[in-house]
Amino acid sequence: MKASRVPEGLWIKCPGCSQIIYNKDLATNLNVCPKCAHHLRVNAADRLRMLFDGGSWTEYDKGLVSMDPLAFNDTKPYKARLKASTDATGLKDAVIVGSGSIDGIQTIVAAMEYEFIGGSMGVVVGEKITRGIERAIDERWPVVIVCCSGGARMMEGALSLMQMAKICGALAQLDRARLPYISVLTDPTTGGVTASFAMLGDLNIAEPKALIGFAGPRVIEQTIRQKLPEGFQRSEFLLQKGMLDLVIDRREMKAVIANALRFMGASQTDTAAAAIAPTAVAAAGRPARQA
Amino acid sequence: MAPDTLEFEESIAVILKEIEALALLPATEARDRQMESHRGRLESTRAQLYASLTPWQRVQVARHPSRPGFEDFIARLFTGFLEIHGDRRFADDHAVMSGFAEYHGERVLVVGHVKGTDTKAKIHRNFGYARPEGYRKALRTMRLAEKFRRPIVVFVDTPAAYPGIESEERGVAEAIAVNLRDMMLLDTPVIVIVSGEGGSGGALGIAVGDRVLMQEFAIYSVIPPEGCAAILWRDPAKKVEAAAALKLTAPDLLKAGLIDEIVPEPVGGAHTDPVAAARMVDEVLARALTEVSALDSDTRLGRRYEKFRNMGRVGIDFVEEGR
Repeated sequence: MKASRVPEGLWIKCPGCSQIIYNKDLATNLNVCPKCAHHLRVNAADRLRMLFDGGSWTEYDKGLVSMDPLAFNDTKPYKARLKASTDATGLKDAVIVGSGSIDGIQTIVAAMEYEFIGGSMGVVVGEKITRGIERAIDERWPVVIVCCSGGARMMEGALSLMQMAKICGALAQLDRARLPYISVLTDPTTGGVTASFAMLGDLNIAEPKALIGFAGPRVIEQTIRQKLPEGFQRSEFLLQKGMLDLVIDRREMKAVIANALRFMGASQTDTAAAAIAPTAVAAAGRPARQA
Repeated sequence: MAPDTLEFEESIAVILKEIEALALLPATEARDRQMESHRGRLESTRAQLYASLTPWQRVQVARHPSRPGFEDFIARLFTGFLEIHGDRRFADDHAVMSGFAEYHGERVLVVGHVKGTDTKAKIHRNFGYARPEGYRKALRTMRLAEKFRRPIVVFVDTPAAYPGIESEERGVAEAIAVNLRDMMLLDTPVIVIVSGEGGSGGALGIAVGDRVLMQEFAIYSVIPPEGCAAILWRDPAKKVEAAAALKLTAPDLLKAGLIDEIVPEPVGGAHTDPVAAARMVDEVLARALTEVSALDSDTRLGRRYEKFRNMGRVGIDFVEEGR
C-alpha cells in the first residue's frame, strides 16, 4: 500500500513495472505510470484538481471535526490518530466536499482521502457527504463521489456504521429528485463504503485494477481457508461480474463523467445556474417525501 | 444435561448442578425445601451477576447458543406464518427468512436472520451469515408488504454478511447498499428489533426502519470485537478490550441516539426464560407498531429519514470549527 505513495523525492519507482519515473512527469500524467499505466494513489485535493475546470472549487464544511464520541483508545488514543492524520494531510477528516464545474457542468464532488485513517468513514465523513448531497438537491446539481476507503471507522463504533444508512437515505432523496449520482471507485474501496454509497451510482465507474469489495481479501481467505484467485476483487473482475458500469483510465475520467452527466440531463453553462431543471416526468411523479 | 452456562457464569453453574443433583433424589419435603432455597440463591446470584455485565460478557450472552432467535419469536408472537422463498434472481438464502404472519389480528410481513439451533440447522442456515440473495429476498418481500400496505417486522441477529467468494461475486455490498437506500423509502411501517448480534453491514442491511428496538443483552457493532482486536491491537486476544471500546451494548446505542428503545430481558438473559423474553418483546413491539401505524405516510417517512439523518450530532459527536 505504502509503495503507491508518491514520496517527496524527485524520482519514484512505479509499483507496477518498477520503472523509475521523474516526479513531475508522473504529476503531469495524473499519477499514472507513463510506461505501464499503473494508477498510483491520488490524494483528495489532487483528485478535485483533476476533475474541476481550472482546478478550482468552493469547499464546504471544511471545519467539521470528530469529537471522539466513544473516547476510543486502542494501542493509541483515537484523538492522537486524528491529530497525526491532520498533521500529515492538512485535512480535518477523510473527505473533501466541494462544488465547481466539470466541463462547464456545476457539480458537487466528494473526494475521499486515504491518508486520513485509511479513508475511513466516521461521523464527519458521513455528515459532510450527506450535506453535500442535500445541497445538490437544493441547487439541482449532480453529485460525484470519489471513493477511496477501507470502510466504516472502527474508532467511532456503531455511529460509523449508521453513516451508511444516513448517506444512502440522502441518496434516495437525490434519486427521487431525478438528479445524477456518479460513483467513482478507486483503489481501495472496501467494507461499509462499498456496501453503501459506492455501489449506488447511476453509474459505478472504477479506475483500473482497483481493489473493490465488501469483506477484505484476508478475511475471506480465513473464512474459506483457500488462497484467492489472481485478480479477485479487482475492477476488471467486478466489471465481468456485472457490478460496475465502466472501468476507465484516470486520464479519461473527467471526459467520461462529463459525457455521462450530459446524458443525465446536465447542460453546459457558464453561470452557477447550470442546474438540472425538474422534468415534467419528475413533477408528475410521486411526491417528495422528505419532511 | 450439562447446565447451559457461559464461562463467566461459574457461580450459577455450581448452583444449577446442585439443583440437578437434588432432583435425582427421592422427593421429600426436606429435599423440596432445599431445592427451593437453591432456586432462591440462583435467582439472587443471577440478578447480581447480570446487574453489572461487562461488554464482553454481553457479547457472549448475545451469542448464546440457546438464545431465542427468529424462529422462536415467530412461534411465540405470531400465528399462521407462511414462509416466502427466494430472491427471484439466483437462489433462496437460508440465513434470512421472510413470510406472512398474523400479529394481534393484523397481517404483517416478518423478516429476519436465522442462525439455526442444532448443528444440522446451523449449517443449513450458514450460521446466520447471509449471502446477497438473503438481502435481495428481504427487499423483494418487503416490496410486497409495501404494495399491499402491510407493516413489516424485522428481527436482526447475524454475526455478519457472509465473507466468501460467491458473496463478493454476486455483489453482497450492492445488495446491502440497495436495501439501505430503498428501505428508507418503503411506504409502510417498519419496526426493527435487534435481538441478538447486530453484526455490522450484515445487520444494518435489513435494519432501516421507523423504530429500531434492541433487546437488553443484544449487541450492535461496526465490527466484531475479535476483528477489531486483530486490526487495532494486532492481537485477537484483546477482544475483551475491543468489546468495551466499541460501545456495542444496548445502553451504549441508546445513549448515542442510534436506537429508539431497549426491550428488557429476563434476569440472566432471554435464553433462561424464552416465554418471558417473548412477552417483553411483544409489549414494546405492539406499542411501537400501533404508534407508527397511526402516522400518515409523509410524516412517517419524513421521521424515518430524520432519524437516520441525525445520527452523528453537532456538539456531541462532532464540532464545526471556524464558524
